[in-house]
Amino acid sequence: MAATIHHTLSVLVENKAGVLARVSNLFARRGYNIYSLAVAPTDDPALSRITVVVDVAPELLEQVVKQLHKLINVIKISELDPADSVERELALITVQAAPAARHQIIELTEVFGGRIEDVGFDELTISVAESPERLDDLASLLAPYGILSMQRTGRVALPKLERTPPPGLRIAG
Amino acid sequence: MSQPPPQPGDRIDGGRALIRSLELEGVEVVFGLPGGAILPVYDPIIDSPIRHILVRHEQGAGHMAEGYAHATGRPGVAMVTSGPGATNIVTPLCDAYMDSIPMVCITGQVPFPAIGTDAFQEADTVGITRSVTKHNELVTRAEDIPRVIREAFHIATTGRPGPVLVDIPKDIVDPTKPASAMEWYWPTDDEVSAGLPGYRPTTKGHPRKIKEAAELISRSRRPVLYVGGGILKARAAEVLRELAELTGIPVVTTLMARGAFPDDHELCLGMPGMHGNYTAVTAMQEADLLVALGARFDDRVTGRLDGFAPDAKIIHVDVDPAELGKVRTPDVPIVGDCRQVIGELVRTITNLGGRDAQADRSEWRQRISGWQETYPLTYAPSEPGELLKPQFVLEQLRDLSPEDTIVASGVGQHQMWASQYWTFRHPYTWINSGGLGTMGFSVPAAIGAKVGMPDRTVWAIDGDGCFQMTAQEMVTAATERIPIKVAILNNAYLGMVRQWQEMFYDERYSEVYLSPDLPDYVKWAEAMGCVALRVESPEEVGPAIEKANDIDDRPVVLEFRTDSSEKVFPMVPAGRTNSEIVVGPSGGEGGR
Repeated sequence: MAATIHHTLSVLVENKAGVLARVSNLFARRGYNIYSLAVAPTDDPALSRITVVVDVAPELLEQVVKQLHKLINVIKISELDPADSVERELALITVQAAPAARHQIIELTEVFGGRIEDVGFDELTISVAESPERLDDLASLLAPYGILSMQRTGRVALPKLERTPPPGLRIAG
Repeated sequence: MSQPPPQPGDRIDGGRALIRSLELEGVEVVFGLPGGAILPVYDPIIDSPIRHILVRHEQGAGHMAEGYAHATGRPGVAMVTSGPGATNIVTPLCDAYMDSIPMVCITGQVPFPAIGTDAFQEADTVGITRSVTKHNELVTRAEDIPRVIREAFHIATTGRPGPVLVDIPKDIVDPTKPASAMEWYWPTDDEVSAGLPGYRPTTKGHPRKIKEAAELISRSRRPVLYVGGGILKARAAEVLRELAELTGIPVVTTLMARGAFPDDHELCLGMPGMHGNYTAVTAMQEADLLVALGARFDDRVTGRLDGFAPDAKIIHVDVDPAELGKVRTPDVPIVGDCRQVIGELVRTITNLGGRDAQADRSEWRQRISGWQETYPLTYAPSEPGELLKPQFVLEQLRDLSPEDTIVASGVGQHQMWASQYWTFRHPYTWINSGGLGTMGFSVPAAIGAKVGMPDRTVWAIDGDGCFQMTAQEMVTAATERIPIKVAILNNAYLGMVRQWQEMFYDERYSEVYLSPDLPDYVKWAEAMGCVALRVESPEEVGPAIEKANDIDDRPVVLEFRTDSSEKVFPMVPAGRTNSEIVVGPSGGEGGR
């Protein structure tokens, strides 16, 4: 089998019944697995943005993107290169936390910019919104304490912004 | 007691709104069969000028709508009930999707509150048909009906055409239910466009790409115009002829494009592909440039892909961007409507110097005419007392029928012989199921074509296996006085499968024998209200065809008893390259 790598597609669609089924069907009928998926309305409630991560060989991706464009309810598609985009995923993690280990876990959570969402007698539930790689790191670090359950949302992403000013632009000061 | 048409703001029910919407879309005929969920829509049909043709099976309605669309260029409309009505029309939808046929299918659905409860005759119609339609929509409110119908026709007929299905729950069209009440309106073009923000087909080709294509064409020494069904969909046959005559480049017409360029034109090489003629196949193979116009590099055309037209550069023009690079990467891709793009190409080539600025192609022309002389289509005529040769029957049909006869074919050997031996002189005279290969297509498709083109002779050329799949629609033809003519080439076999078993499965014939006598096609056709004749010897063929052509008040069925051992040649065996074309039953490969 051809090598597959994760590709992140950001698909702007009409916010209507059945649209997600049309999009996911294009992957399913070709035997491509959807690795992660996040869907929610945009600032315009008539539109939704689907962020989909798929395992597909690069030479096949172009054809899938073209087929996605053919769907009547699809408005715009961009492929997001991880190097040129900001990706975030939310994780809720319940971890074993005997009183003696609790402060270590709280410390780790703070290092990763997370929050303690719920405290039990010997468990903690934490939330962290981070890049998928950082979430993987945190999960590895928490594993020795005992992860009781973990729920991740699937990633959302936007392209990185332009950093060079347009030619000729002088910033006053 | 017909009611006056509704005015904007009138309170009407969804059923009337649906029929009025079809009227305003210019629909003159609907092919269909009523049932429980669609009943409220069938009531206002009585008062409508729209003709309804009652089919005997919903598959027939779908193929009739396709045949109508093929022949007229206008969208075909089919209407059926929920559940089994909808599932029975899935095959025609898929057929129309594969062959890009504009079609609108209205299906009844159980009342909206009952959806998802496994109600009587409930099926998830939009789910089932999602991947075999260009678009489909479940309408949930009566007030959406005019908009959705307008959108459906717009989507079906623009860009790359295709089937659109509209699923209508019963309660929004039933005047006794409050959910059916609405205020009549008819959306404007702008409103339709605003309602489809993701649908903007590109029709105009990129000028720089067109210039590149024009230059490449002018320089090429061994070019071929590779013409597909998209030319017919774009109504581009005339401008194609201008391009061919301006440049002097030979033309191949694929199975979906037969008739798009006249077979009797000196530049026409005929059909390429698995059963194409030697010259068409070989000219593509040896070309230095293929100009693909509304064609999709189907596997039946290319043969083994890595050996297809190895030296050819590719210019690919298609209205569907997903076709460009899907199979073969083009050197010059052009997204656009074929008629517009070819028109621009003709202008650009003319500005570059026209015919005088074309490269010298005399050697190419000589090679091509050499192949034509050496490898014409041939078959061995039957000896006295033997069964008829199917090719002979087709030649007689061709020579004794009006030259603008519309031919609708089923799928299999008879389809290939019809495509090979008929001389197509006009666009929209050849109707067949190319992509999906749907057996049983010809009878209902011929009926749909005859409804759309009542003044033309329409022949369905069918096999015995195909005829048995949709023969019941001859009852529709007889009842509705649609005088089509059917030629059954009865070789008592599923002939194409038999051919493959003979050639590639050591003559082990598995489940392909059908019997020449069971059913008795003459009695069967007569029972369905047709005139029927059985033809067994060569001297009977001509008179039988002439008799059939003279009958214009009833459908006619001619059963020709043909030789079951006859095979379709030339043939490129599956998995081989087109250079390995086999020209005849002796197995000889075309000589190079």
